Amino acid sequence: MSLAVTDLTYAFGAKTALDHVSFSVGKGEFCALLGPNGAGKSTLFNLLTRLYTTRGGRIEIAGHDMTRRPRQALARMGVVFQNQTLDLDLTVMQNLRYFAALQGISGAEATRRSEAAMDRLNIADRAKQKARDLNGGHRRRLELARALLHDPAVLLLDEPTVGLDAAARAALVAHVHDLAATQGLTVLWATHLTDEVRAQDRLVILHQGRILADGTAGEIAGDRSLQDTFLSLTGDRAA
Amino acid sequence: MSDTLPARAWATALSAIVRREAFRFWQQRARLLSALVRPLVWLLVFAAGFRAALGLSIIPPYQTYITYETYIVPGLCGMILLFNGMQSSLSLVYDREMGSMRLLLTAPLPRWWLLFAKLVAGTAISVIQAYAFLAVAACFGITMPWYGYILVLPALVITGLMLGALGLALSSTVKQLENFAGVMNFVIFPCFFLSTALYPLWRMAESSRLLRDICAVNPFSHGVELIRFALYGQVNWASLGWSLLAFALFGAAAVWGYDPARGMVRRKG
Repeated sequence: MSLAVTDLTYAFGAKTALDHVSFSVGKGEFCALLGPNGAGKSTLFNLLTRLYTTRGGRIEIAGHDMTRRPRQALARMGVVFQNQTLDLDLTVMQNLRYFAALQGISGAEATRRSEAAMDRLNIADRAKQKARDLNGGHRRRLELARALLHDPAVLLLDEPTVGLDAAARAALVAHVHDLAATQGLTVLWATHLTDEVRAQDRLVILHQGRILADGTAGEIAGDRSLQDTFLSLTGDRAA
Repeated sequence: MSDTLPARAWATALSAIVRREAFRFWQQRARLLSALVRPLVWLLVFAAGFRAALGLSIIPPYQTYITYETYIVPGLCGMILLFNGMQSSLSLVYDREMGSMRLLLTAPLPRWWLLFAKLVAGTAISVIQAYAFLAVAACFGITMPWYGYILVLPALVITGLMLGALGLALSSTVKQLENFAGVMNFVIFPCFFLSTALYPLWRMAESSRLLRDICAVNPFSHGVELIRFALYGQVNWASLGWSLLAFALFGAAAVWGYDPARGMVRRKG
């Protein structure tokens, strides 16, 4: 498995944010992590990216245990955070090269990878533009290009379409689906929007720190729309 | 890509973090100006006014009577390092709120190394500002022996690292940007005024033993004395030892504060 979460538990004081969460995502699989606000998605992402650590449970990225081999696990992971993390005063190219350096990539190799990353996301013509001057859609594309620069095995995206218009949102959803299908990238896409999930996608529904459903989206939805299923699952439990 | 990053990769990340900080500094050239204006006001206005009121006897490292302006130059270098150390940590709190700190902390390098790189970057900017101040002071006729300008470099670096580490440790405990202004007031002003930056210890002892003792244990005093002695080609070993010890303690506190298993990142918010 490219991404495996086993029995993960995390609490803020007395409040349990994640309660024995387990799921795994295989190579080339697009897994949507669907949950309403406050479901525990962000806590899960903070644990997956090692901004938090916990002794309750286990995380494995591309075969590397996050507790015992954190650096190896992080090196195999690309992340698009919910809040934008670009340096707005740097150009597109400088942002990519800065990230490359944080991954230990420098010189001609950093240039080559940065150019390839920009080509892949169709932002090569903006290489010298400051990130501040990009619109929301292009900023997200740049963040995705950056997350892929070091050829990760696992791509994590935390509500990446927040603030995007409909066209940019659809393009991003399509592009990441394509990456999983054609390049074998393992994707974990956190969202609270059901229209970003396709019927054949793997789906994990998280609510109040627990997993309510795990399977393909089509199976979980059954005869109903995914939206209805999601609302009835999370609504009933919340009541 | 191999499993673990080679040592060269550590240097690559360090250099990128330093260059980014230098680039930001270059873009905010007004920062250099304000960093210079503050100590220059002290030097040219405050010191001129107090010159007559504060008589100074001959104390090491000085071998002759000196003017008050000459006395406070090392303290004002320390002031630059102190303000800058706090300002870099302020930018860390800003980075954290803006998210770029997340990017840094998810790099596949040891966290202590990433924090150290931030510290080195901030110190490099501080040292440049301190030299700019020494140059302006020299233009106003306040000069040191020529070799002092070279030998002061390691003293500025050690003091800069020590104060930067203090800022880093503080930034790990402060959740929001707004709270930081208060911390700065409670740190910068006591650090500066309860030190040997403006008056020698014996002067302080004349008014209060307690204040003198506080000044004597203040790590900032030791940073200032390290700079003062270095400017005259001497090493104040006690101050060197205290400064290094304080750097180690503040550095350890910063690493502790940024540890993912506890400290600020664990707290919700």
